[in-house]
Amino acid sequence: MKKHLLALLSILLIFSVVLAGCSEEKAEETKSKSQLDIVKKRGKLVGGVNADIPGFGYVASDGSYSGMDVDITKAIAAAIFGDPDAVEYRPLSAEERFIAVQTGEVDVLARNTTYTTSRDASVGLAFAPVTFYDGQGMMVREDSGIKSLKDLQGTRIAVESGTTTELNLADQMRKLGVTYEPVVFDSQDAAIAAYEEGSVDGFTTDRSGLVSRRSTLAKPDEHFILSEVLSKEPLAPSVKDGDSKWVGVVTWTVYALIQAEEYGITQGNVDTFIDSEDPEIRRFLGVEGDLGEQLGLPKDFVVQIIKAVGNYGEVYNRHLGPDTVFDLDRGPNELWTNGGLMYSPPFR
Amino acid sequence: MNREEFQQTQEAPYKPLTHTVSWLKKNLFSSWKNTLLTIVFGIISYLIVKNSIVWIFFSADWQVISANFRLLAVGQYPAAEVWRLWICLTLSSVLMGLSWGLWKGTVAHLTIAMVGMYTILGCLPFVMTETRIWLLVNVVVLVTAYVIGKNRPKLKKPLLIAWFLMFPVIVFLLSGFGVFNHVGTNLWGGFLLTLLISLVAIVFSFPLGLLLALGRRSKLPIVRWFSIGYIELIRGVPLITILFIAQLMLPLFMGHGIDINNVIRAMVGFTLFTAAYLAENIRGGLQSIPRGQFEAAESLGLNTAFKMTFIILPQALRAVIPAIVGLFIGIFKDTSLVAVVGLTDILGIGRNIISNPQFLGTQMEVFLFVALVFLIFCNMMSYASRRLEVALGVGKR
Repeated sequence: MKKHLLALLSILLIFSVVLAGCSEEKAEETKSKSQLDIVKKRGKLVGGVNADIPGFGYVASDGSYSGMDVDITKAIAAAIFGDPDAVEYRPLSAEERFIAVQTGEVDVLARNTTYTTSRDASVGLAFAPVTFYDGQGMMVREDSGIKSLKDLQGTRIAVESGTTTELNLADQMRKLGVTYEPVVFDSQDAAIAAYEEGSVDGFTTDRSGLVSRRSTLAKPDEHFILSEVLSKEPLAPSVKDGDSKWVGVVTWTVYALIQAEEYGITQGNVDTFIDSEDPEIRRFLGVEGDLGEQLGLPKDFVVQIIKAVGNYGEVYNRHLGPDTVFDLDRGPNELWTNGGLMYSPPFR
Repeated sequence: MNREEFQQTQEAPYKPLTHTVSWLKKNLFSSWKNTLLTIVFGIISYLIVKNSIVWIFFSADWQVISANFRLLAVGQYPAAEVWRLWICLTLSSVLMGLSWGLWKGTVAHLTIAMVGMYTILGCLPFVMTETRIWLLVNVVVLVTAYVIGKNRPKLKKPLLIAWFLMFPVIVFLLSGFGVFNHVGTNLWGGFLLTLLISLVAIVFSFPLGLLLALGRRSKLPIVRWFSIGYIELIRGVPLITILFIAQLMLPLFMGHGIDINNVIRAMVGFTLFTAAYLAENIRGGLQSIPRGQFEAAESLGLNTAFKMTFIILPQALRAVIPAIVGLFIGIFKDTSLVAVVGLTDILGIGRNIISNPQFLGTQMEVFLFVALVFLIFCNMMSYASRRLEVALGVGKR
């Protein structure tokens, strides 16, 4: 009996060693390769997106993904392949998004992810530039007489469970010395329903979310978003850490969108700029120089991006701008030349 | 309200109409307490019904359903390839119709329910003409197959084989496999995905659960320990945890290069989970078989395999049909959990649809619709199980 057990154990041991050996070999194989090469070989980009945040990611009636984060993904695909549709979308939940990046299930994560220290350092993500500066806000009823966070003393406030908004609210209120009663909901839909029927006095989430939710209320004018911002929520696309070539591609795709707006290059007029005499624009559009090749991309990658989704302002307006239900003010998402934070380093 | 309804279902159908007043008096107003209860619950029911009707017919915006009907049904399956789904449905209609003709009984009721659903779907105002034509074709096919099946009782065996071949054929048609354009599982969604995940879980967990149940009663120690360990491990963990492990941990364990599709991962998770519960249900059935049956089988000289297949299992399985169908209905509803791990089943796609800025604030409509779909299908399943019990004489023989 003992002998049998020993034999069994040794067989198991050999198996595990063999298996471990297999996985290490595989890991080394992929290590030397940049994700960019993998994506190019595969012929399409796998983009991790959110499919249930209004304005940023949703499924349109024809079944296609749409939204601001989706357009960022399309821009990256256009930069690599010249084809914005060479993307396979993977809708990710908040819980699985980071693991999906770490394991290489998705090449890029463009899913309303706040850029924070710990996510950069310990979660093992590398962030591209911020594509949307958001901040947590607070919505109250106009007739409640609440004008600032301090007036919220003793009120009931609806928050979504398990999010940073819950923690931020607690931090801010403690700082101000305001006591309140947090009413925790499982989803935004439930929270806004409770707010609308009046069982809570305030509702807090990201300001972009507040604006979109307010537009769905029966009488949007009776609700008011406080001017104070409870937290900074810079949302940025991210990729797996330790692959500078691939980070570079995503980073400069985002910058290209911003820079194009600064030059006034749009989806409609990009062709007229190709003959431009301006050396900066000629370099930017790849008519001169080899910026594209340095990044491992086609020479005219910027032209492809703009043809696919337009410049940053166009992307913003298409999903959040005045023609949409959100009508969200550009605010910090305005170009630096107009007093905002959107700034691209020079393309040279 | 419960009380009223209970009493109504008990007595109402057999009394002639002229007795309504005395019936009311007897059942609803027999004493002052009953009268009070009747009035209170009457008012509450009136308010609920009135508000629901007002909401359903006047304030709800059902356009979100009509505009996204295809999404809810088949998810993001490319519109140009939807004909393949119709072929799948038509093939099942053929088999369904043949079974109707051959077996009648329960199958007939279910088939008639299906024809009814096709007709209602076809009459909805917003569906495309193409859909109507396909539905009409399906109804015609069903009836034709019924007529054929009725006159050819020899078809029974080939039909059973055809039902078993149905699943691989459907998967082949759905994904294409080189013959047609490939449609990745990431595009399978909506009710199609709900149905596929639950079908896979039900079909594949059955043999697995059966083996585990037999294994747990086996005299071979390793087999028995393995079965006990497996069953207790899986039953000790919530389904959502298994799904998270399948979706999140598996890729970490597998390392690079090995890529198992996330729909398949969910299907495997569901199958493994269902198998453990099914094994316990079947074991319950096995334990209900008296020793005499085993001994009788052995005295006939049957070996273990024959004894189990022909004597023990038929009796054991019959005894646990209600429990097994209950489990399957539970699994069918539990498939909506995959929405949490980013798959777009009917609930998941519903959540994506209500994020469309065009349809913001329509969550009630979408969720109610999803609930209705689940209600219809779960009821069909439990109806089928009740009929099956009657047909097999559970609790009578």
